[in-house]
Amino acid sequence: MTVAVDFKNVDIVFGADQAGSLAMIDKGATRAEILEKTGNVLGCADASLTVHEGEISVLMGLSGSGKSTLLRAVNRLNVVSRGQVLVKDGDKIVDVVTCDEPTLRRLRQKQVAMVFQQFGLLPWRTVEENVGLGLELAGVPDAERKERVHKQLKLVNLDQWSKKYAHELSGGMQQRVGLARAFATEAPILLMDEPFSALDPLIRTKLQDELLQLQAELKKTIIFVSHDLEEALKIGSHITIMEGGRIVQTGAPEDIVLRPANDYVRDFIANVNPLSVLTAWNVMRDRRDLEHGDNGWVWLDRRKTTRFKIDDHGLVAAAERDGKPAVWVSCADVEAQSEEAAQVFWANPGTSLKTVMLAMHRSQTAPVALFDDQSRFVGAIGIRDVLSAVLRR
Amino acid sequence: MDPISKFMVDHKIPIGAWGKSFFGFLTDNFDTIFRAFSNGLNFILDGLVDLLLMVPPVLLALVIAVIAWLLQRSRPLAIGVFLGLIFIINQNLWKQTVQTLVLVVAAAAMAMAIGVPLGIWAAHKPKVYRIMLPVLDLMQTLPTFVYLIPVLTLFGLGNAPGLIVTIIFVIPTAVRLTHLGVVSVPKSIIEAGEAFGATKSQLLWKVELPSALPTIMAGLTQSIMLSLSMVVFAALIGAGGLGTEINRALGSRRIDLGLEAGLAIVVLAIVLDRMTRIGVGGKK
Repeated sequence: MTVAVDFKNVDIVFGADQAGSLAMIDKGATRAEILEKTGNVLGCADASLTVHEGEISVLMGLSGSGKSTLLRAVNRLNVVSRGQVLVKDGDKIVDVVTCDEPTLRRLRQKQVAMVFQQFGLLPWRTVEENVGLGLELAGVPDAERKERVHKQLKLVNLDQWSKKYAHELSGGMQQRVGLARAFATEAPILLMDEPFSALDPLIRTKLQDELLQLQAELKKTIIFVSHDLEEALKIGSHITIMEGGRIVQTGAPEDIVLRPANDYVRDFIANVNPLSVLTAWNVMRDRRDLEHGDNGWVWLDRRKTTRFKIDDHGLVAAAERDGKPAVWVSCADVEAQSEEAAQVFWANPGTSLKTVMLAMHRSQTAPVALFDDQSRFVGAIGIRDVLSAVLRR
Repeated sequence: MDPISKFMVDHKIPIGAWGKSFFGFLTDNFDTIFRAFSNGLNFILDGLVDLLLMVPPVLLALVIAVIAWLLQRSRPLAIGVFLGLIFIINQNLWKQTVQTLVLVVAAAAMAMAIGVPLGIWAAHKPKVYRIMLPVLDLMQTLPTFVYLIPVLTLFGLGNAPGLIVTIIFVIPTAVRLTHLGVVSVPKSIIEAGEAFGATKSQLLWKVELPSALPTIMAGLTQSIMLSLSMVVFAALIGAGGLGTEINRALGSRRIDLGLEAGLAIVVLAIVLDRMTRIGVGGKK
């Protein structure tokens, strides 16, 4: 995977006494200590994070945690005090911290686009003039600009509104204009600074869905700042949690939910519904950890109610439940079941925990088997595995 | 007199004398330059007045009404402007009104031409504004009569010194309102401009000035009103127009003449104010 943005030990300090503050950062001083001693505000400290092409990397944290500060280092809206911010620029890699003005401008015009929390639209301009802003600044000729703007407006379903003024639109529509403005530059990297926080919940969900749809098509690299974990889990392929200017944990959404690094992260995820993130893979016991019997029989659960006979290829040869032969059925067919023979449900690693639980419910708490793409047996989920994942114990 | 006061008075700081010798130095050495400048300015202003007076008054009033309509697209306003000007013609004050109009429009235009760039500069450089602020205060609060004297000695009598005095009086307003407008541009839209790669001048022309336009236009309206209020003072150093009539009415205690010229100024003020209120509503 190609790296699109790479933060390397980034420190950001707002204030006059840069050297003094940096020395305190090195000693691990907190934001409050630095403020008291130097009068400077710590934006972020020693932040390292790699964002790969095509992924949505979410920066999370409470307000003041430094997430926006770090985001805005990518296009130098915030000046980095120390460290590197490497941004992919075609075939080259540019360090935004040290590059000259023309390079920075070119990056801002062509490589990195931004969407703002307060939309940042120009109220005296029409929707189409707002969407064309980036192209206009980059000196794109009128005809080409009109065409690209029109294309973007169509993409976000605003083509009928192109002649309206920005302030005549609702909040949700204004942010769509903001999105279209960012997409219009065709920049591969998109910075989104709490873009949906100012919108009401219904519109927010709708725009999140639209963003995911667009992303499936456009495959941008998106760095997304949010204080809403549900949002982060929904759209993020990677989540980074920040506290007091420092990165506390970074990883895949289910990593954060299953293995919170400290109490701060634990507090964060306390109210999150794990069913919306976890998959069968996250909670299963590996086949090697299961209890093996004679002749290739493997017990799927600790209570020994259900067992599989596995052949040399890893495929299931026979199944038994409560001592009687059983058939194995996909979780996907959970609704259309006859009650004739005893059943054992199976799922794929990517199946959501919710579906697995439904299958368990239907089969009176029987374990669920996990098969990979080639139908090989990879592990099993018992009722205890599910309960401990949901309760995070 | 008590001894302390007497001591202080005996050692008076000769500010007046310094000022006098400074202006003496200017008149002694650069008199020809100032006079030439003054003559040139007088020539332009008088020429403009003569040109406008060659047009039949009713026709000129009609032209101004049409301009009012073009600026504001409002029929009642255009009709009001026309009737107001007809009233002035009726009062036999047309010539003086045209003189005043030329002086006021020229002064406001010059004040904006100097004040807007200064205001933008001050908005971008807070340090510059801190230095500028006391100078602006001085220009606005120093009684007008005080700088009539040096302007009179440098430029002589006529329209030119009247124009200069008016510009000095009006510039601070143009600077202040431009500064206010540019400083109040929301940070979010400046950042949007920056984030999409605007150069400094693109940021100024495409983001800051359009956003500050309503405030700057308010500055123009204010400049015109303040220029009108200077008309009577400017008349004291020979600028013609309605101010001269008022001064004459004051000198000879003629209530009728004072009332007529005063009303003509009010009408002119209302006409100019309504005509220049562009963009205040944020509409195009």
